[in-house]
Amino acid sequence: MGTALDIKIKRANKVYHAGEVLSGVVVISSKDSVQHQGVSLTMEGTVNLQLSAKSVGVFEAFYNSVKPIQIINSTIEMVKPGKFPSGKTEIPFEFPLHVKGNKVLYETYHGVFVNIQYTLRCDMRRSLLAKDLTKTCEFIVHSTPQKGKMTPSPVDFTITPETLQNVKERALLPKFLIRGHLNSTNCVITQPLTGELVVESSEAAIRSVELQLVRVETCGCAEGYARDATEIQNIQIADGDVCRGLSVPIYMVFPRLFTCPTLETTNFKVEFEVNIVVLLHPDHLITENFPLKLCRT
Amino acid sequence: MKALEIYCAGFCRKRLCSCFCITDHFSPENANDTAKETCLNWFFKIASIRELIPRFYVEASILKCNKFLSKTGISECLPRLTCMIRGIGDPLVSVYARAYLCRVGMEVAPHLKESLNKNFFDFLLTFKQIHGDTVQNQLVVQGVELPSYLPLYPPAMDWIFQCISYHAPEVTARCALLLNSVMSAFRAEFIATRSMDFIGMIKECDESGFPKHLLFRSLGLNLALADPPESDRLQILNEAWKVITKLKNPQDYINCAEVWVEYTCKHFTKREVNTVLADVIKHMTPDRAFEDSYPQLQLIIKKVIAYFHDFSVLFSVEKFLPFLDMFQKESVRVEVCKCIMEAFIKHQQEPTKDPVILNALLHVCKTMHDSVNALTLEDEKRMLSYLINGFIKMVSFGRDFEQQLSFYVESRSMFCNLEPVLVQLIHSVNRLAMETRKVMKGNHSRKTAAFVRACVAYCFITIPSLTGIFTRLNLYLHSGQVALANQCLSQADAFFKAAISLIPEVPKMINIEGKMRPSESFLLEFLCNFFSTLLIVPDHPEHGVLFLVRELLNVIQDYTWEDNSDEKIRIYTCVLHLLSAMSQETYLYHIDKVDSNDSLYGGDSKFLAENNKLCETVMAQILEHLKTLAKDEALKRQSSLGLSFFNSILAHGDLRNNKLNQLSVNLWHLAQRHGCADTRTMVKTLEYIKKRSKQPGMTHLTELALRLPLQTRT
Repeated sequence: MGTALDIKIKRANKVYHAGEVLSGVVVISSKDSVQHQGVSLTMEGTVNLQLSAKSVGVFEAFYNSVKPIQIINSTIEMVKPGKFPSGKTEIPFEFPLHVKGNKVLYETYHGVFVNIQYTLRCDMRRSLLAKDLTKTCEFIVHSTPQKGKMTPSPVDFTITPETLQNVKERALLPKFLIRGHLNSTNCVITQPLTGELVVESSEAAIRSVELQLVRVETCGCAEGYARDATEIQNIQIADGDVCRGLSVPIYMVFPRLFTCPTLETTNFKVEFEVNIVVLLHPDHLITENFPLKLCRT
Repeated sequence: MKALEIYCAGFCRKRLCSCFCITDHFSPENANDTAKETCLNWFFKIASIRELIPRFYVEASILKCNKFLSKTGISECLPRLTCMIRGIGDPLVSVYARAYLCRVGMEVAPHLKESLNKNFFDFLLTFKQIHGDTVQNQLVVQGVELPSYLPLYPPAMDWIFQCISYHAPEVTARCALLLNSVMSAFRAEFIATRSMDFIGMIKECDESGFPKHLLFRSLGLNLALADPPESDRLQILNEAWKVITKLKNPQDYINCAEVWVEYTCKHFTKREVNTVLADVIKHMTPDRAFEDSYPQLQLIIKKVIAYFHDFSVLFSVEKFLPFLDMFQKESVRVEVCKCIMEAFIKHQQEPTKDPVILNALLHVCKTMHDSVNALTLEDEKRMLSYLINGFIKMVSFGRDFEQQLSFYVESRSMFCNLEPVLVQLIHSVNRLAMETRKVMKGNHSRKTAAFVRACVAYCFITIPSLTGIFTRLNLYLHSGQVALANQCLSQADAFFKAAISLIPEVPKMINIEGKMRPSESFLLEFLCNFFSTLLIVPDHPEHGVLFLVRELLNVIQDYTWEDNSDEKIRIYTCVLHLLSAMSQETYLYHIDKVDSNDSLYGGDSKFLAENNKLCETVMAQILEHLKTLAKDEALKRQSSLGLSFFNSILAHGDLRNNKLNQLSVNLWHLAQRHGCADTRTMVKTLEYIKKRSKQPGMTHLTELALRLPLQTRT
């Protein structure tokens, strides 16, 4: 008796904003007619915070904040207990995406210590003998576009053995001069991060130049919090010993779901940074860090 | 991983393309949302590929799918991908990436030439990496030699190049710039073999940004280094020249023409070279345009000379001399002349009498000579003289000695300001006289006798115009010898008399290679040489016995010798040797057909008496001088001079004569008197005397030896 339950969201890209109406259809398909005890549809959005390994002790007092934070929650009873005919039955639904009070509809974000997710769950209750059917479908929420123009903040950088901090033995480093700029550290999340990098000179051969996109998640509150930086992706922009004096483009697209506009709340923070990583022959690794501010326009 | 991604990309494209037939008129409106979403999803996935090279290739391979998303997607993507390739460090990998991008670009957006061109420029920028350490080390590690490695590039380069040049509907100025870069960056062989293609491309280029003659110039530079296919050569020249000759600006013209002259010289005959030279003259003459282009014109001459070594051919090029006339600034003209002469000296193997060559080169040499003035540096004069002499030495009229002499006469008047040339001419004329003698086997006919007298006269007239005193002295002596050899006795006398009368004019110090040095030793050298000749010079019947010797002695006597110098005495000693030699019955050497004093006087007693008198006079002078050396500082000199006089007497005098005998003993004692003699020398001398006394007729020496004690050092 294969009964399938499916949720089809109207928009192909499943992206919605606060104030919009999430609509679609629930599709029940079955070879035979289906008896059921009711079909309900729940829409919910939650923020899940994870304990960081290094701060277990601190959190014990604040375990309340470890509980998932509810952003939005709504359930509708779609169909009263009854019977569906064989074949395909489509039941339309609509959810207005409103938040109460001054609550904000955070943007969908899949991180390591912070997870913001919006789902639609359809439940079909059935008789004691038959198992209940359930189907979940994630949809994406994008934060409301910021009003006003974003001021670009270009950053120039120069990396030489002298500009490096955290060097054990500076004299052992090969000589090099790397210049470049990022077009802006205030980034629009739908636009790629752009810039340029030039290896003016280098004694040692270049093995690789990479852009490391890092998320910095902070969980907790005023009394104690844990700040963790983890890598989202690593994009190589130069492979091998590049030509000296020739500008290599810095170009990185912000991955969907894994990045979101820079977010700061009372309970948690989601921030982003980019590291420009240069690997020199034989095994020197040089990193230059740039905090970013992502926003959606 | 790489391969999988590329495979997936291909598959994805196939899927997308099979969903909807992507025609040229496909636009984002034609795609449905699901397709768009899938496409966008793929692009996001690709943007997250870590490694640069797979990311590039996958994105390039589905470039066409941008059409699903936006109209401008491809035109934005293509330049970005082009820039991305700069991140690929290995030049071989990057050139093939560029070739692939060009191929994709051509297929997807052939109208976007800008990116294609940029690919090419970037490639040229990275070309130098091939010779960098990283690549070289890599080759060593992999055991690949450079000649095997480099040919890996042309297939990709050719592809890129073809993409760029194929059916360019919008011809922009950048295309010309690109062509120029190609011709500058690539190996000459590559360009040369494709010359006709390049000419075609140059013709189609748009003139506005980058002028065509510069392109032709670049092509010409390549053709100077490598040869195009035989069958194309004439056509290439014609095509190039068609454009060059139309250039209005003389600077542009000459810069271009100068390069192509080399090509013409290399592959064609004098006819084509003549045409080219004529064209250059035509362009550069109006408004004296040549004045601003001397360096280029000089280069043209140099190139023509470099390829045409046969000067008879060179000067038969009608426009060659008119071309030279364009060099109106004197210093430049002289430089060009020097160039021509250097080439002539280097390449002309055989002497010549070709009137064409002679006329032309005389003209050239005259130009060089006429540039000499009071401000000319010594070095320059030396150089010019060397070059003119090189020419003179190469002129030979064979057996026509008269014409040769008249050539020398003409040259003398032409090159009167350069002393080394005049010296050369004198030597040449002397040589001519001796050649005549050789041909006539020593028996002059009336005609040849007159001819050699003419030669001798030439020398006699020319020598006084020289400034170097020793030059003149030596030339007088030398020419006198030649005159004697040719039985011109009175002329020989005249030379010797002239030499003798010149001696008082020898200055105390002379300039040798920029330094002032005392002339005494040179004078001594000359006089000794003179004496050797004087031996065989027969006395003039109208002058007294040994007239010349007497004259010479007078001159020596009157010459102001240095104080504290013994040169005079040494000369007198040499005179003694001469006089002694002259008293022999037969001299050791003679000049053929010249009766020297030995046969003239035949040992006449009057002659011998005169000889003796002179000897006595000279010896008295020597002894006089020795006396003056009795002071402390001069004792050593006295000793060595005394000994040297002793040795002269021993060698040349007849010690059976009592007076001489006694004199020699006195001298021996004098040498040792003040302990200044070198004991070893004395011992050896005594040994020699004893040895010689054993020879027949020398027994008197035994007795002499007994009277020569050796002083022991106390």
